[in-house]
Amino acid sequence: MASTTPRFTSGSLSLPDLVRKSSQTQRALFALILLSIYNALATTNFLTLATLRVNLTQVATIVIVAVGMTYVIGSGGIDLSVGALMAISGALAPQIFDSQRALLRSEWIGIPLAIVIPILVAGAFGYFNGYLITKFKIQPIIATLVLFLGGRGIAKALSNGNLVEFNKPHFDYLGTGRPFGIPVQVILMIVIVIVAAWALRSTTFGRYVLAIGGNERAAELAGVPVTRVKRQIYVLSGLLAGLAGLIVVAINTSNDPYQVGQDMELDAIAAVAVGGTPFTGGRATVVGTLIGAFFIHQVRYTLISHGVADGTTRMVIAGAILVAVLLQRPKAGWR
Amino acid sequence: MGGIVSEQSPPQLDSPSVLLEMRDIVKAFPGVVALNHARLTVMKGEVHAIVGQNGAGKSTLTKILNGAYRRDSGTIMFEGREVDFSTPHQAQVGGISTIFQEINLVPFRSVAENIFMGREPRRFGLIDWPRMNRESRDILARFGIKLDVKQPLLNLNVALQQMVAIARAVSFGAKLVIMDEPTSSLDEREVETLFDAIRQLKASGVSVIYISHRLDELHQVGDSITIMRDGHTIEEILLADISKLEIVAKMLGKNIGELSREGTTGFSESKTAIETPPFYVASHVEADPVLSDASIELRKGEILGLSGLLGSGRTELARVLFGADKPDKGSLSLDGNPSPIASPRDAIREGIGYCSEDRKAEGIVPEMSVRENLTLAALPTLAKNGIIDPDEQAKIVDRFVELLSIKTSDVEQPISQLSGGNQQKVLLARWLCLNPRLLLLDEPTRGIDVGAKAEIHHLIETLADEGMSVLMITSEIEEIVEGSNRVTVLRDGRTVAEFDRDQIDQDTIIAAMAEGHDSLPETVEV
Repeated sequence: MASTTPRFTSGSLSLPDLVRKSSQTQRALFALILLSIYNALATTNFLTLATLRVNLTQVATIVIVAVGMTYVIGSGGIDLSVGALMAISGALAPQIFDSQRALLRSEWIGIPLAIVIPILVAGAFGYFNGYLITKFKIQPIIATLVLFLGGRGIAKALSNGNLVEFNKPHFDYLGTGRPFGIPVQVILMIVIVIVAAWALRSTTFGRYVLAIGGNERAAELAGVPVTRVKRQIYVLSGLLAGLAGLIVVAINTSNDPYQVGQDMELDAIAAVAVGGTPFTGGRATVVGTLIGAFFIHQVRYTLISHGVADGTTRMVIAGAILVAVLLQRPKAGWR
Repeated sequence: MGGIVSEQSPPQLDSPSVLLEMRDIVKAFPGVVALNHARLTVMKGEVHAIVGQNGAGKSTLTKILNGAYRRDSGTIMFEGREVDFSTPHQAQVGGISTIFQEINLVPFRSVAENIFMGREPRRFGLIDWPRMNRESRDILARFGIKLDVKQPLLNLNVALQQMVAIARAVSFGAKLVIMDEPTSSLDEREVETLFDAIRQLKASGVSVIYISHRLDELHQVGDSITIMRDGHTIEEILLADISKLEIVAKMLGKNIGELSREGTTGFSESKTAIETPPFYVASHVEADPVLSDASIELRKGEILGLSGLLGSGRTELARVLFGADKPDKGSLSLDGNPSPIASPRDAIREGIGYCSEDRKAEGIVPEMSVRENLTLAALPTLAKNGIIDPDEQAKIVDRFVELLSIKTSDVEQPISQLSGGNQQKVLLARWLCLNPRLLLLDEPTRGIDVGAKAEIHHLIETLADEGMSVLMITSEIEEIVEGSNRVTVLRDGRTVAEFDRDQIDQDTIIAAMAEGHDSLPETVEV
């Protein structure tokens, strides 16, 4: 705006003005606050610790996956395989701690391995995505479609297509533990968000991710190791999906390969979009993604707790995402 | 069927042999006037060449003719009537076919289908395959080509695919065929086949518009020529009446024999020959499709001007030197050893930087700030264990913003908001903060204002004085003449001449760009 206009003039800013001048992330935050105020007034039991805990627990896995997705989308890509990778990781864990091998029957060895190995395997599948994309120059949406379709098949094969129930308190801690009264996955979520937001700004890796998303040819000519960084991005997305898969099966104390991570890729993409990361690459906000995930989750929660039918809920969420993405266009505004 | 045909215009107004006349064509794109009252006249049955530097307007002109672009003003007379095609398809039906550099046919369909696509012969409402195949064979036979027309197009090489495109044009009854750089990916024998086809077209009364930057071809196959510069038509003349040298001079906007005006650049002109031995030598480099025999050597503290027309391989050679493209043949040696450079990353490690001629596509990262763009190449040196040192970063950014007087309100401002000249300075700073020993600058002053231009000239000179080696690629002959210690000239992918400081003058360089130079200096041989 013109430099002669004072930046903040009380009362002179209309609502459309505010919308135009704010960033998408700020708008998402504003919408989240409005929704929370509404729930505080109109939804019974919203302002209780139990409700907060349940909501945080449910949103944590989406956030964890969506953080990886933020890096992927910031680099100009997309990862459709995250839901399937969650299923693979979730299916693998019981195979390890329920194994009859003597070594793994010891809790001290079996449980850590049942956590580390599935995450690494999911990361390896992420590497496979990155390999397809960089080696054969396949569009990310097609390359990750391979595991989107095939990955759940692998998960089903791992668990013979059956629902696997288990009782391993030390493993379940990942989904049900509450150190200092805070659910474990919420702590993980907070740590991951903080580290990812910091790394995006303050590490060469983060800078390279955005440089690739902004102008890949320029990045290459400036010496950015494009191939390596792209593969690392999809590995990161895979690792986070792997962790989220473990949390889901730990909460359920069972693994259903048909259910774990179902629709997760779409929830994660929606959270990134609402949070203000443009799909054209080059810019990304992890905190925005956190806000976006919270917003979508709370819309769903609000509708469900008011007894709105599932079909309607989906339509409302779709509408909220549409509005968010329309606002995100270059020179966004009501025109 | 064809375009909008104005009924008022009297038929056959001009001399009966004029097929096409485009007059006063104006076309502006945001920020640039691509065509400024351009003209083009093509006779019946002639091969008409169009030449011009990058951005002269030749592609825009033909795209307006075939309906891919809309003109802002001007008239197009075709076969004596005013026409206004709004799509390439309309133009095709109206008698003007275009054969693009990238052949736009359908690779998985048969040759015959490609020739007749959109107007397949029918019988009882179904495609008459025997007739379609027969007619396809007949058309191709006219060009002396025999092949199985039922095979998919993708089985054919580029040259034959081009013949199929020409056959398609003929089957549409084209009166005028536009060929945009048709020989850019052909070898010598294929070029001959194409020329035969062009002569065949001519013999049957079809006119051809032939855009090429290979000057030798023009006199071989062309009848007349239109020379364009900066959106204007500079010259329309029979090819028999103009030499290659004059063509190049006109493309560059110079007159042969005219004294070059001095002091038009920011260079000081007190250049002396640099006598240090070369440290980076490329000899007889071939890289498909442009470079065929390029050699160059770079010396410490020297500004080496690299001259050549569009398509001569200047950018391609710079990319090979920077490791962005791999040579097919030839050798590169750095400090007396075989060059270890296989990627831009390797080149940067060896102290080499490269500023692309296309700032937008290969230079800036538009979403990123001045600070982030400036430090992109330097990140490995600014980071410990992958974590960027913010103080070190700020120090470097501040130093170079001041040193190059980059005009920005804030280093956090997105680079896309800066002027072209300031963007270019940021990109120069991206390399200078690494203190490189060699900077490859491809059109460093293209599209920036006069003041910033002079500043960049001065900067290049200062850097060379301090011992940095600079390879300067530029289309502006003044920059070459006033700024270089030495000049290497490329033509059609070959190094054709090398001049020392005392041999550098405008006419000599233009002559080398146009006609080459038979004797290469011994020093280029390794």
